[in-house]
Amino acid sequence: MAEAQMKISDEVAIEIKNMNKWYGTFHVLRDIDLTVQRGERIVICGPSGSGKSTLIRCINALEEHQAGQITVDGTLLSSDLKNIDTIRKEVGMCFQHFNLFPHLTILENLTLAPIWVRKTPKKEAEETAMHYLGKVKIPDQANKYPGQLSGGQQQRVAIARSLCMKPRIMLFDEPTSALDPEMIKEVLDTMIELAEEGMTMLCVTHEMGFARQVANRVIFMDAGQIVEQNEPEEFFNNPKSERTQLFLSQILGH
Amino acid sequence: MSDKNSQSVSYVRETFLEQSPPPLKEAGVVKWMRENLFSGWANSLLTIVAIYFVVNIIIDVWPWFANGVWNTKSLAECREILQGANAACFSVLQERGNQMLFGIAYPADQYWRPTLGFVLLFIAAGPVLFNKLPKQMLYFSAAYPFLAFWLIWGGTILTPIMIALGLIAGYYAFTNVERLKGFALGVVAGVAAATVCVWLGGFISGALPGLIALEVIPSRDMGGFMLNMILGTICVSLSLPLGILLALGRQSDLPIIKGICVVFIEFIRGVPLITLLFVASVVLAYFFPPGTNLDLILRVIIMITMFSAAYIAEVIRGGLAALPRGQYEAGDSLGLDYAQNMRLIILPQALKISIPGIVNVAVGLFKDTTLVSVISMFDLVGAIRGPILGSTDWTGVYWEAFGFAALLFFVICYGISQYSQWLERQLRTDHR
Repeated sequence: MAEAQMKISDEVAIEIKNMNKWYGTFHVLRDIDLTVQRGERIVICGPSGSGKSTLIRCINALEEHQAGQITVDGTLLSSDLKNIDTIRKEVGMCFQHFNLFPHLTILENLTLAPIWVRKTPKKEAEETAMHYLGKVKIPDQANKYPGQLSGGQQQRVAIARSLCMKPRIMLFDEPTSALDPEMIKEVLDTMIELAEEGMTMLCVTHEMGFARQVANRVIFMDAGQIVEQNEPEEFFNNPKSERTQLFLSQILGH
Repeated sequence: MSDKNSQSVSYVRETFLEQSPPPLKEAGVVKWMRENLFSGWANSLLTIVAIYFVVNIIIDVWPWFANGVWNTKSLAECREILQGANAACFSVLQERGNQMLFGIAYPADQYWRPTLGFVLLFIAAGPVLFNKLPKQMLYFSAAYPFLAFWLIWGGTILTPIMIALGLIAGYYAFTNVERLKGFALGVVAGVAAATVCVWLGGFISGALPGLIALEVIPSRDMGGFMLNMILGTICVSLSLPLGILLALGRQSDLPIIKGICVVFIEFIRGVPLITLLFVASVVLAYFFPPGTNLDLILRVIIMITMFSAAYIAEVIRGGLAALPRGQYEAGDSLGLDYAQNMRLIILPQALKISIPGIVNVAVGLFKDTTLVSVISMFDLVGAIRGPILGSTDWTGVYWEAFGFAALLFFVICYGISQYSQWLERQLRTDHR
């Protein structure tokens, strides 16, 4: 595997300190501490309701945290809208349900944010868009609408849409769990390619093959806290905590 | 062979089937009639009964319509010609048609002005309604309100020009200040600049009342279908943006804005339109300093606009609620700010969902403009009920006059409805 070529720098991309979040009275995230180096590829797994999606959604302020600090690329995430906008420009995100804009063509989906947020000229934005569509291997669909594409194609468009903003960090929130088995591979291949180029990635996923192949750290969460984190080999072959063993035996058992 | 299966379950397909065309349908009129009109004894019976009624209605109405009298000076004269035959006296339309269209007081030699305004309305509405038309035509659409004001009310052309200049000045002041000092100060600067410009412009147009001037026609002389068109067009085009703002305000996280919008919507929706119109005609004057005289049509426009904006706001709120949360999040995660997110992603989709509801409100609003007849404005219905049916010549021509009114409204409303259905088809991109 290309592990050796994927460089991790000492530069800190994301730093989360003592972060806590509540939904009403329900304590979803408890004392999360996490430091992500630039170029790191982290897979977050855990049972449903463990707070893994909420964790990465806090990083680009789709969810508000109530205590602790999140620093992304040196910008402290606060309620200041300017900081939030700065961070969102640098952080791309892919959702479980793709969330493409159904009223715009694929090309318009891709060029919208660069034109309006980055103020890129339309022609240049379209060239970038076509470049990334080529990268996710669907340049011929540029003038179709999202509703005309298959799930796997839509998710690849969603990835390309994020990449058009030239983000330094990518967040993936269960990108393959709404897909048919045949389409999972095409999306994972795109993500692997992205990882090999050195993108900093945080993926919430249950694709353990992907974790083994790409991740340099796997984080296991349960009940709103980080229970265990380790390098993938060690994590899968030699899980330390009982909860992790149980979880792994359930998802790898059959 | 296993015990469970009587024959082997193993099977491998060796040749794949090509696509074949669907079976041809039995075609023709006979088949259509059998399926849709005579599919069972109950349906056949209903069909026959329905045909019986339709034929009877046509047999009765057609001679009334076809033998109508068009050229008499009064109902009595018309009845004389008919001598008891069952036929219409369309001559009221001949005699009083202009009053129905333009009101009783609008000077007859100036009828060309609202007529021209009406024709230009279609040219102005074209590029707004159909995006295939050249974008340059939108400049005409922007200028149209001022042009139409000048055509219908008359006076010097400087008045609408000065108001337009004031609005442009206000817009520039708003954009420039907003960029430097933020939205709130931008609004203040914009409103201030617009007011000052309009006020100063008032002196210029006041000094030159004769420059490219048309005969001044006061609001109280407006009437007939023209009044319905004026109120309908202005109120629909103002209440849509106001309704959007109210709907967004109601969803806002800011408690004061949200509170204002909720109270406004709930209050206006809870009050009958007639009450609001009476407020416009009688009560509103008490709220203004003595001596100010806000034009009656303007007061009515304000009231009807507020009324329909509250309804449109609720329709759009439904559209906003129908959008999945993911759409908001996707826009946010790409770094779009609130205004961009709303304008580019949320509203285009929410408005598309709301089209049937918005058109419903718009059509209802257009027909509700006839309610102004209760505050003694002689719109189409008011003109028929009052001066026309009240005159000794034409007492009693209910069917012909109100039928004409119904036809005018139906043509416009049906046109709006057809346009909205066409628009929905145009905007369908989700291929569900």
